[in-house]
Amino acid sequence: MSMQWIVLIVIVVLIVWIVAMYNKLVRFRNQVKNAWSQIDVQLKRRHDLIPNLVETAKGYMTHERETFEAITQARAQAMQAKTVGETAQAESQLQGALSKFNLVVENYPELKANTNFLSLQEELTSTENKVGFSRQYYNDQVLHYNNTIESVPTNIVAGLFRFERSDFFELESPAERAVPKVSFS
Amino acid sequence: MFELIRANQRKSIWLMAILASVLLALGYAIGFLVAPDEPGIQSFFVIIAVGVWLVMLLTSLAGGERILLASAQAREVQKKDAPQLYNIVEEMCIASGLSTVPKVYIIDSPSPNAFAVGLKPQRAAVAVTTGLMGKLNRDELQAVMAHEIAHIQNRDTLFMTLAGVTVGAIIIIGDIFLRSMIYGGGRRRGGGGNQGAALMVIAVVMAILAPILANILYFACSRRREYLADACAAQYTRYPEGLASALEKISGQVTRQTAQAASRTLAPMYIVNPMAARGRRAGLFSTHPATEDRVRVLRSMSGQASLAAYEKAYQALHGKQSVLPPSVRAASVDQAVREQHRESDDGTGRSQWRQAQDLLHQVDRYAVIACVCGMKLKLPPGYEESKVGCPKCGHVHVLPPEMMAGLAAAQMAQRKGKKR
Repeated sequence: MSMQWIVLIVIVVLIVWIVAMYNKLVRFRNQVKNAWSQIDVQLKRRHDLIPNLVETAKGYMTHERETFEAITQARAQAMQAKTVGETAQAESQLQGALSKFNLVVENYPELKANTNFLSLQEELTSTENKVGFSRQYYNDQVLHYNNTIESVPTNIVAGLFRFERSDFFELESPAERAVPKVSFS
Repeated sequence: MFELIRANQRKSIWLMAILASVLLALGYAIGFLVAPDEPGIQSFFVIIAVGVWLVMLLTSLAGGERILLASAQAREVQKKDAPQLYNIVEEMCIASGLSTVPKVYIIDSPSPNAFAVGLKPQRAAVAVTTGLMGKLNRDELQAVMAHEIAHIQNRDTLFMTLAGVTVGAIIIIGDIFLRSMIYGGGRRRGGGGNQGAALMVIAVVMAILAPILANILYFACSRRREYLADACAAQYTRYPEGLASALEKISGQVTRQTAQAASRTLAPMYIVNPMAARGRRAGLFSTHPATEDRVRVLRSMSGQASLAAYEKAYQALHGKQSVLPPSVRAASVDQAVREQHRESDDGTGRSQWRQAQDLLHQVDRYAVIACVCGMKLKLPPGYEESKVGCPKCGHVHVLPPEMMAGLAAAQMAQRKGKKR
């Protein structure tokens, strides 16, 4: 076998390898995008639920104007956020306001007996969970993707085609990251 | 996560290949015993074995899910009927990255259990008993659903159905053969001297052992996948304690009641084995590992929720064995456990029990009248009187016409459903 043949085979193998790596990276990147859209859906859902919740609760909780204002304001800010970092910041504010609200609710037994409010609260609890779980899934995907971009040998292909690292979705202030722990018993 | 699915699929293909070759070898062995000198007849028996297998396979592919759900007497619920259950399923779909939310079914049974079916994730369904909903708090129910969603996501539902069908075919063929040996048994003389006799013995041993071996393989696989689904559930929820305490609550309470409705094919899909009587140890022939063992592994994950942490805890208790494929172990990263959910048990679980019963009534389209004394009167579909007296205070309620119309319509719908 002549030299040319060997060179040719090496080149073909190399091209096949690059194509395979490229496709893998694209797949991972799409998984990250897909995971982000799931977070987006849940955040929107939370924004939609809040006015209803506030409306229902207002009738009962006449002395909690500050709490409501904090929620409304945080919601407005969260809806304007654009980048991953901004969104994370604003959403952690909103989450803080909501968990404060949940604590205050405990003081209003009539409100807790209202079935409409209860179903809204279950929706909100679940939406909070869904935000959390979609964030968790998104971060897992980002980690996986970033690891692939940075490790040998895929980093060569990633550099060649400009695959960029994705940002993690993290709650900003450590104070809000720690969910308030209260026991009612 | 995707490595896990892929590694699982590779393994499934291997196991299916082994089971299929056992099936073919069994067919050939029988053919050899019937007619040692005629290759034509031998291949005929191989074809019969494949035929039996194909028929069973096609039936389970065509409408397996619906048959299984119907045999367990499961009824579908919508989001408006059971918002919390439905939300929990949605949460776990998001956590696992499952793109379609499976259908949710409920089974009226006091025995707490749950299962998942579905050859494809797009066609999957999860079912829970009212007993399960009545006993578990939100965190625990979430963990159980996570386990079931993991079965769907790992394609266990597909694989265990296929493997179950193949093992079933092997058992049936082996059974038929042994019976015909006992009752017919005339034609298999002749053969050629010592060598022929030796081959004959091997064939008989093969026909007897094949079903047993296939079964052992199938059950071992099923147990492994239970551990794997537990590991995934811990990872999805980031809360291993939820599943541990759910398993603990369930394990003492599973009665044979669900077992009547549960078929053998369905057994590996349940959260705890519905066929096992209380307190039996997991042996070679059980679909599930011992529940205490699963709880012990979950509890020794020491503040971590990743697949690797589960693996470590598992190895600490079982020695060198492992549950995870190597490619997954490499990709797994540290994941911390989350906090407990805020609203937890009230200790009695009575309100959860009542909720589960209410849900059942809602699915069956009962009418509800709230009495002045605080009693809730529930009227079944087909209730034809226009008045009802409260059993507690004696107050007589007159049914509004639209309620009566609703009850009549519900009865019609149920009759129709039964006919179909």
